[in-house]
Amino acid sequence: MNDMLLDVRDLRVSFGPGKDAVTGLTLRARRGETVALVGESGCGKTLSALALAGLQPREAAVSGSAELGGVQLLGRTERQLRRIRGNLVSMVFQDASTALNPLMTVGAQIEEVMAIHGTHDRRARRKRSVELLAAVGVPDAANRARSHPHQLSGGMRQRVMIAIALAGSPDLVIADEPTTALDVTVQAQVLALLRESTRDAAVLFITHDMGVVAEIADQVVVMYAGTVVESGPIAEVLERPHHPYTAALLASVPDPDVPQAGELPTIPGRVPPLGERDAGCPFRDRCPKSQDRCRERPPLGPVAGGESAVACWYPEHGEGSSRTVEEATR
Amino acid sequence: MRNHRTLVPAIVIALYVLVALCAPLIAPFDPNHADLAARLSGPFATTHGHFHLLGTDGLGRDVLSRIIYGSRVSLAVAAATVLVSGAFGVTLGVVAGWRRGWLAAVIMRLADIALSVPFFLLAILVVAVLGPSLVNVVICLSLVRWPRYTRIAYANVLETRERGFVRGAVAVGAPGRWIVLRHILPEVAPLAVVVGTLELGLMVVFEASLSFIGLGVQPPTASWGSMLSDGQQYVASAWWLATFPGLALFGLVLTVNLLGDAVRDRLDPRRRVPRRVRRRRPGLGEPAAEPITTALEADHA
Ligand SMILES: Nc1ncnc2c1ncn2[C@@H]1O[C@H](COP(=O)(O)OP(=O)(O)OP(=O)(O)O)[C@@H](O)[C@H]1O
Ligand code: SF4
Ligand SMILES: [Mg+2]
Repeated sequence: MNDMLLDVRDLRVSFGPGKDAVTGLTLRARRGETVALVGESGCGKTLSALALAGLQPREAAVSGSAELGGVQLLGRTERQLRRIRGNLVSMVFQDASTALNPLMTVGAQIEEVMAIHGTHDRRARRKRSVELLAAVGVPDAANRARSHPHQLSGGMRQRVMIAIALAGSPDLVIADEPTTALDVTVQAQVLALLRESTRDAAVLFITHDMGVVAEIADQVVVMYAGTVVESGPIAEVLERPHHPYTAALLASVPDPDVPQAGELPTIPGRVPPLGERDAGCPFRDRCPKSQDRCRERPPLGPVAGGESAVACWYPEHGEGSSRTVEEATR
Repeated sequence: MRNHRTLVPAIVIALYVLVALCAPLIAPFDPNHADLAARLSGPFATTHGHFHLLGTDGLGRDVLSRIIYGSRVSLAVAAATVLVSGAFGVTLGVVAGWRRGWLAAVIMRLADIALSVPFFLLAILVVAVLGPSLVNVVICLSLVRWPRYTRIAYANVLETRERGFVRGAVAVGAPGRWIVLRHILPEVAPLAVVVGTLELGLMVVFEASLSFIGLGVQPPTASWGSMLSDGQQYVASAWWLATFPGLALFGLVLTVNLLGDAVRDRLDPRRRVPRRVRRRRPGLGEPAAEPITTALEADHA
């Protein structure tokens, strides 16, 4: 399958012996596709994303392979990375209010990306920055370009962040919880816009909100304790989760159509912290189905009769999922 | 209005600068013209048909004219010192804060050393080696004053580099030099200006002190410090010799400090700078960053 734009294989990030934060992330995306990376806090989503752009902390060791349009992203020198960042790979961070420079106009901050990557014509930069602002749904873009960040609302600032991410026409846009800081209606608008404006790129969308996943993703990758436990097309994963953890995650999403009686189900237990991960299935302590065999790490393999891949010795199949939800959340 | 706290001192300082610039137009006499027959005339004295508003000194030179010309020395030395030590100090602080590691450790240790050098000892040394001159006074003062700027710039860069927009600039592929010039320096500059203003007043006094002990300007050039020194032997008999240059000095230092305070309050780092600076732990081998506010306060004291 060579029509894949983004091809990440067995990405690993380690902080030293016994401190492996990401242990084998594999994901692929075509041009125009959005891959959602989901999982609980601390499972390594942000770290994986940073590693793809060479932005991981200095003390972290990264291995594996990540190709973007045939270009290897990992193991690059800082100088090579500077040409990749903003140009091939760009990021949208969670908090637009701190990610924008308060002393610069938003237009100047969009133009900056173009200036860094070799658009020397000032007029061309200015023109394109206004176009980009308009494209991300900022009204009266020509005037807004001259605003400072504090003059804009949270939603507008996040749109500016997206415009900055798009300024270099990247092939991969990584959005790390880009809408968590926004209120729900604005969130929906920004999500729609992100989808619209990234038709020519692959998008890696990080979230722990399954509702958002349903809205934006084509593919889902579910991470747990640094590893992929399930991945596949959105429809399949959401409707027929194969991994007990995925099922539990889905069960914890409130259904807007059904008024919630009583408490939301939550997953009992916690993610094993970095130092306490062993060679077995990381979900073992919280899994209702765990058996002796689960002391051995289950490999990520294809499921029967589907396109997904799952890492579980006793995966759910099709209709069985609703039962798993109950079990997982009992 | 808080505005006139800045405006009034600024106008007074502008007047001082104007006087210094236009000294030849304003001064009633040649400041070095001695008229022994008219020596030690008191204020408002008229000798040989010449009116001496502030009297004459031991050589019969007009005190007012010497004060006017002396302002050139005071202002030029203070301004040059602030510019030289400020540029040097800010550069080192920014480099230390941006590069961190051993380079930062070396720079900040040097700053500690420079701050602990006894100032007058250094001045005597510099003058002994290079000879007394205004340029050497500037060199000498700059050698001891740069760490003020370095410490504040260093602390501010450490804090700014962790801010989202700097990370964002890294994430769009901006080179280090670009980030420093476009994102870091604009954050550091206002603080450096505040420190510079406070330093300006101090440097006027330092220049006067050096000239007072004979390490600054050489006779017959007038400087407020040398005038004070000359006038000292006549304190009992000719009070005006030390009093008027002293008042000129006092007025300038006071207004510069008032301006410095007003500017500092306007750009109060406690309001401008996110609190994160106080939480940051310096890495191994890095000297602890001095919190900006304490640095400013220590400076002010
Ligand atoms: N500099 C570091 N040194 C040691 N461990 C680290 C470091 N940075 C991150 N980690 C660890 O790596 C793991 C993954 O963190 P990461 O930020 O990627 O989680 P996340 O999935 O993005 O969580 P969240 O949903 O809270 O954003 C965490 O367990 C964290 O403790
Ligand atoms: S491998 Fe075992 S413990 Fe792990 S998720 Fe599957 S059933 Fe549960
Ligand atoms: Mg995260």
